[in-house]
Amino acid sequence: MSVDTSKVATSNRTDAATASKPSPAGSLASWADDRLGLATAMKKNLRKVFPDHWSFMLGEIALWSFVVLLLTGVFLTLWFDPSMGEVTYEGSYDQLRGIDMSSAMASALHISFDVRGGLLMRQMHHWAAMIFIASMMVHLLRVAFTGAYRKPRELNWVIGCILLLLGTLEGFTGYSLPDDLLSGTGIRAADGFLKATPVAGTYMSFLLFGGEFPGESIIPRLYIVHVLLIPGILLALIAAHMLLLVYHKHTQWPGPGRTEQNVVGYPMLPVYAAKAGGFFFMVFGVIALMGGLMSINPVWKFGPYDPTKVTAGSQPDWYMGWPDGLLRIMPSHMETVIFGYTISWNVLIPILLVPPLMLVILMLLPFVEGWITGDKRDHHLLQRPRNAPTRTAVMVALMTFYGLAWAAGGNDIIAIKLHASINQITYFMRGAIFLGPLLAFWITRRWCISLQRSDNEKLLHGYETGIITRSASGQYAERHLPINPTSAYTLTARDRDEIYAVEGDTDASGVAAPNSRSEKVRARLSSWMYQHNVQKPTRAELEEGHHHAEHEAELQSGLDHPADGHQFDDHRLRDTDEVPLRDH
Amino acid sequence: MSNDSHEHPVNAPDGTPAAGSGATAGSSSTTPATYDSHVPSHRESEPIADPGLPPHTWRPTDVDPKAEKRAERQIAGLFVAAMISAVLFVVAYFSLSVGDSWDTFAGMGASTVALGVTLGLSLLFIGIGIIHLARKLMADHEIIEMRHPAASPQEDRDATIQALNDGLDEAGIGRRPLVRNTMIGAVGILGLPAVVLLRDLAPGDKLDIGKLAHTIWEPGMRLVRDVVGTPILASEIEVGDLINAAPEALFPTEENGYPELHGAEKQVQKAKGAIIIVRMDPDDITAGKGREKWTADGIICYSKICTHVGCPISLYERTTHHVLCPCHQSTFDLADSAKVVFGPAARPLPQLPIEVDGEGYLVAQSDFTEPIGASYWEREKQ
Repeated sequence: MSVDTSKVATSNRTDAATASKPSPAGSLASWADDRLGLATAMKKNLRKVFPDHWSFMLGEIALWSFVVLLLTGVFLTLWFDPSMGEVTYEGSYDQLRGIDMSSAMASALHISFDVRGGLLMRQMHHWAAMIFIASMMVHLLRVAFTGAYRKPRELNWVIGCILLLLGTLEGFTGYSLPDDLLSGTGIRAADGFLKATPVAGTYMSFLLFGGEFPGESIIPRLYIVHVLLIPGILLALIAAHMLLLVYHKHTQWPGPGRTEQNVVGYPMLPVYAAKAGGFFFMVFGVIALMGGLMSINPVWKFGPYDPTKVTAGSQPDWYMGWPDGLLRIMPSHMETVIFGYTISWNVLIPILLVPPLMLVILMLLPFVEGWITGDKRDHHLLQRPRNAPTRTAVMVALMTFYGLAWAAGGNDIIAIKLHASINQITYFMRGAIFLGPLLAFWITRRWCISLQRSDNEKLLHGYETGIITRSASGQYAERHLPINPTSAYTLTARDRDEIYAVEGDTDASGVAAPNSRSEKVRARLSSWMYQHNVQKPTRAELEEGHHHAEHEAELQSGLDHPADGHQFDDHRLRDTDEVPLRDH
Repeated sequence: MSNDSHEHPVNAPDGTPAAGSGATAGSSSTTPATYDSHVPSHRESEPIADPGLPPHTWRPTDVDPKAEKRAERQIAGLFVAAMISAVLFVVAYFSLSVGDSWDTFAGMGASTVALGVTLGLSLLFIGIGIIHLARKLMADHEIIEMRHPAASPQEDRDATIQALNDGLDEAGIGRRPLVRNTMIGAVGILGLPAVVLLRDLAPGDKLDIGKLAHTIWEPGMRLVRDVVGTPILASEIEVGDLINAAPEALFPTEENGYPELHGAEKQVQKAKGAIIIVRMDPDDITAGKGREKWTADGIICYSKICTHVGCPISLYERTTHHVLCPCHQSTFDLADSAKVVFGPAARPLPQLPIEVDGEGYLVAQSDFTEPIGASYWEREKQ
């Protein structure tokens, strides 16, 4: 007896219900997992969520320009000869033919003039270095201004600061290699800095240079530091930076549905991988265009290094400019001799003390802030700079210090361009370097607080519609309308600041509590940090504000309901529920 | 802890809301229990409730097959353009020459410009193509993933600390301070070999810092012009002139009999021996103490190396007798023993005592009487 199976099938598929063949990608993954066991780690990470915002791209620029640096750098090493042995240049560049120079300089000229694509690669390498350091700095500012460095990301912030330091050193060792007049001048200044180091400085200089300046060892030594030592550490720290980013998951901006507990965005595979991968090609492409079209570090114009020569307007690469500026604005005669030993404060302070101190201050920022606020929670939602007025003001003060020092590093250029006296620019900078940051701090903090007030205005009284109504008595007033609920929620999605208060200096039996002095300092700092901030309105205040606004509108219109100003035409105002995309 | 990803509800392409969209999409309902003190409890007194993720909106390429096809063609077009650019790169590489007779384009090296532009465009087309693909054609559903506290779960932490303590306990190092201290000492002292190994970075007497106090100048050595090496007649210098000069020993000839110098040795002596010679009205000169006889008829000679960090100074203003270092703008008054009148330098430029020899040429009376160039720790001791 046959069974009527046609009644059994519940699927509407037309083909047989056999197991389908695995996809090629799937079978490759299985092959790999049999040997590497990566599936457990990958099951979460392949579709890892990355939130989207333009400012999250700044660190990516740094990452990709580093990759470009590795690629172009390897190309350059194939021809560059890091030797200070004396040769007579016989290459293609007419003006220098027959002149004695080091092999390093001669091979840099060879790359520039006789290797096809060599000059392109040299210029790409230099431009990529500038973009690398600039994007690290801007990325650092983004992280600081949005409070992304708060717990649990403090250590990643410290790693980032070290990366910036190493990137700067890598840049210095790199532009010192061609042994042209400008790079030699930089190395001689560096020798002066070393010699200004108390106690061991002179010996450090002799050991680094293999004897007296300039010797014949410095370029091969800087070369190995530039191509192996620092890049190795950079690679390791970049890997650690990225691993921590993956572990912590990226921060995100607050908004509807975006909370401290979740991360909302696109999955790594495919969207984020495609965007980041595509962006690598774009960064690479832009650097290639710059390398092809914009001349940088034309060593053939400077000529080989000659310790008796220098060009006016000698400048280090821009990221070394701010210590150079501090050096320039030091007053004269800052040197003391104690027990017959010379201490050169004029070099010690601007080069050996202040820049390391600035780096330490930068690294400590999240820890100091965490200690003052006493906030031990994890933070994954970013803050708008205005909502942390003191932090924002501190960063702007640091930026102002940096900017003034940097400008001082170009005092000769400024003097020439503006036909000003270099002495007066320098005198001005000596004062501005102290006053500027204070002024910047004060202005920024007040500015942030005003912006906070303006946010609260928007929440309580709505946005300005630009519609002017005239009341029966002839009074004019602008109509305000409530902002849409999404914007309103986003504006209120922030923490209230809590000023830290000391519980009491003594315990029940009248004994002074441990740490009471540091606790008092902390309470004072907390109050200094927060007391002027404007807090978001409470629910009651919001309701009161809306009620008041409606009442005002009624009064103004002379009607028993709010007037929108379009009683007499057909352009009725749509409220924000009807026009959900309206963004105010 | 929960790492579940789940796509948030989306509306159907025609706009009808899918079940469960709206406020429930927010995470308030999906907060895992593991969340305690690690994240702000930020929900209680919120003045405005979280409206939840807005519903997904469809792109034209999701709902309009024509737009989809157009995007496909655009992306493919970008990739084809990248290929063309790459081929042009190869063409430019072989057709444009560098070296002796290089091709130029608008005053720039044609090869570099063409290679840079074709490579750059090729890369940019690929990048824009991939990003266009991601934005237009790849699914653009936002996904919600729950976070986890950075800290490990408490039981893991306890177990680790237990294991750490067990390990340290079994090692017993803490109970045996003698072993512990000698071990730390033994490992620490390895720093010595590590430092000592660096001694031969400047082998033998190359580490003799006493050399900083001396230059190649010696009594009777002629002052010569720094490029051509010709000796300088006192009579040919006009008032107001500044001459960059060098020791004659750096330009050895059979006639003067100085030994040949090469490479590093020559650079070292050049770096220390460079001088500037100026002539001014003898009445303008305020001779330093004991330096009354160091000049010759208004001709005065100083080290060219700045006492700040060692740049060669160069910018001379004849009316004020000031010379300025282009690196950090230290300014020295050459009429007054090169004292610092402005800028970060601390000390005057060392003065070279000179006189006129029997043939009328300028010669040094001696070496510099103090170390030239940047300051260093032992400077006053030498």
